[in-house]
Amino acid sequence: MNHTTALPAPQPLANLRRRASDLLYTRRGLLLLALLAPPLLWFGVIYLGALLALLANAFFSLDDYTGQVVRELTLKNFAALREGANVDVALRTIGMATGVTLACIAIAFPLAYYMARHATGAQKAALYVAVMLPLWSSYLVRLYAWKLLLAKEGAISWLAQQLHATWLLDALLATPGIGGSSLSFSTLGTFIVFVYMWLPFMVLPVMAAIERIPGSFIEASSDLGAAPGTTLRKIILPLAMPGLAAGSIFTFSLTLGDYIIPQVIGDSTLYIGQVVYMQQGVAGNVPFAAAFSLVPIAVIAAYLWFAKRLGAFDAL
Amino acid sequence: MTAAVALEDVSCVFGDGSAAVRAVDGVSLTIEAGEFFTLLGPSGSGKTTCLRMIGGFVLPTSGRVFIGGADVSQRPPYARPVNTVFQDYALFPHMSIRDNVAYSLMVRKVGKATRLKRADDLLDLVQLASVGDRRPAQLSGGQRQRVALARALINEPQVLLLDEPLGALDLKLREQMQSELKSLQRKLGITFLFITHDQHEALSMSDRIGVFNQGKLEQVGTPQAVYNAPATRFVAQFVGAANVLDGNTAQRLTGHASAMLRPERIRLGAAAGARASGVVHEVQYFGAFTRIRVDASGSRLQADLPEAAGLSAPAAGATVHLHWDAQAVHALGAGA
Repeated sequence: MNHTTALPAPQPLANLRRRASDLLYTRRGLLLLALLAPPLLWFGVIYLGALLALLANAFFSLDDYTGQVVRELTLKNFAALREGANVDVALRTIGMATGVTLACIAIAFPLAYYMARHATGAQKAALYVAVMLPLWSSYLVRLYAWKLLLAKEGAISWLAQQLHATWLLDALLATPGIGGSSLSFSTLGTFIVFVYMWLPFMVLPVMAAIERIPGSFIEASSDLGAAPGTTLRKIILPLAMPGLAAGSIFTFSLTLGDYIIPQVIGDSTLYIGQVVYMQQGVAGNVPFAAAFSLVPIAVIAAYLWFAKRLGAFDAL
Repeated sequence: MTAAVALEDVSCVFGDGSAAVRAVDGVSLTIEAGEFFTLLGPSGSGKTTCLRMIGGFVLPTSGRVFIGGADVSQRPPYARPVNTVFQDYALFPHMSIRDNVAYSLMVRKVGKATRLKRADDLLDLVQLASVGDRRPAQLSGGQRQRVALARALINEPQVLLLDEPLGALDLKLREQMQSELKSLQRKLGITFLFITHDQHEALSMSDRIGVFNQGKLEQVGTPQAVYNAPATRFVAQFVGAANVLDGNTAQRLTGHASAMLRPERIRLGAAAGARASGVVHEVQYFGAFTRIRVDASGSRLQADLPEAAGLSAPAAGATVHLHWDAQAVHALGAGA
């Protein structure tokens, strides 16, 4: 009897698995390709493809008689963009997006700072949930909830009444440009709802950026003679800038593209999203809609270029 | 002359109730101007908290902190005449090296030309004249360490606080920085308060050492005093290698109730006149010396035998006879 115990004979299936894992181990590129192919295909074909189709469409035109898209390159749509009404829509949308972004920064920064540097344990978890909770319910549900809050007989005007501040609300609503018959029919109302909707998208990246700043940087700044305000301006803000830039890309582009909020809440002035929606839907003018939807893309690209020049990404 | 730093019965408690931790427990300490003073202790012994109270990053729960005679106990860091070299250097990544060094002049609104000139002078002092335009990420650990030093010195602080600044460097660089720090301190005449858990660093650099254990100062003294005449059992064991003897063994071998004997004071010799004899249990070679552990009638003694030409250390299992001079024995206080 042979007493040296041999390894059990390998099963055919186990053998195949062994060879497959050996192959993947020796050819790292193969594994990488297998893992990355699906997302790359998704981004390359569906995502970039759609964007390129959009770009191509913007150079086509609509035949007014037949209602058919004419596949010949023309700059007609871009000329139409320069007409007064369309310029107004673009400027109004960009102005709203800028205002919403600034308001989101002003509200989010102190909250994000507190969450990143001071809150611990259960308190931090509670704040996280508070910021994320609105995202767990439908966008439309929240939008119509705000419609009720902002209505003439809604919670906010009731509260103003109880606080004897109706005059303040009336003064705000009487202000040209932002006012209206009630908050739910005013640009101010649109602004409030935009800020509410996109706030989490500002809080989270800003918080992540502030969390990455080592506490010793803030101590070192103070140690070297900087009062808290100086430390905020010279150390914390520059180092949080990538987070602010990321957050503002969210708030800015989400506002530029949204067509539902200004439709439900606001005076009936148009925003880019609404024009694109109407042109490609009711009017069937996909080329013009495509051209108009390039405006937000161009604006965001210009914004990123500008932010980079200002050094927003130096701390990355 | 007023002391550079004085701590008056300072305590620092973190947390409250049953979870409270007394990080620093009733410490009083005076550091003279121009001194190179080291706080030495294991991690968690309270030495860093002590330094942070002097820097102003933590406020004492009780007691008072004086810098240059002024009570600064409740002042924020930016209102104290001290600067700190942080353990992780804390160089600002979004600024050039020159701007990092000039930071404290910038916040004091010193003109740009003046402060950049001054920054270059300081970079010169730490032998990094050519890196002013680079970013911290482009420097090696040792270079960052020097930049942090230049940045903390540019404002000519009354006291420079150094929080384990050499911990992240490799051994050769660390030894080089030790001697550079020491000569820089002599040249500038600034009081250095240095924190380390490395006893070699403390012994080789300091004018005086304060040994921390569990939030309390166990001993303050010159390196020689701390090494040769430790005040407590903890100091004896933490600073250098030591044979600490107790009870009957101590009585029999040294005539004291409790005593310390440094391993390098023990010699091998003849059986006649030996203070102890025993069997070598373990041999460890260190290059400059060989450490042997000897089982000598119930107690284990370690002896460090210097590396000398033609002499080889005994092998494990050999019987050896141990000799030492009477003054090599240091009696430890009862209960210490």
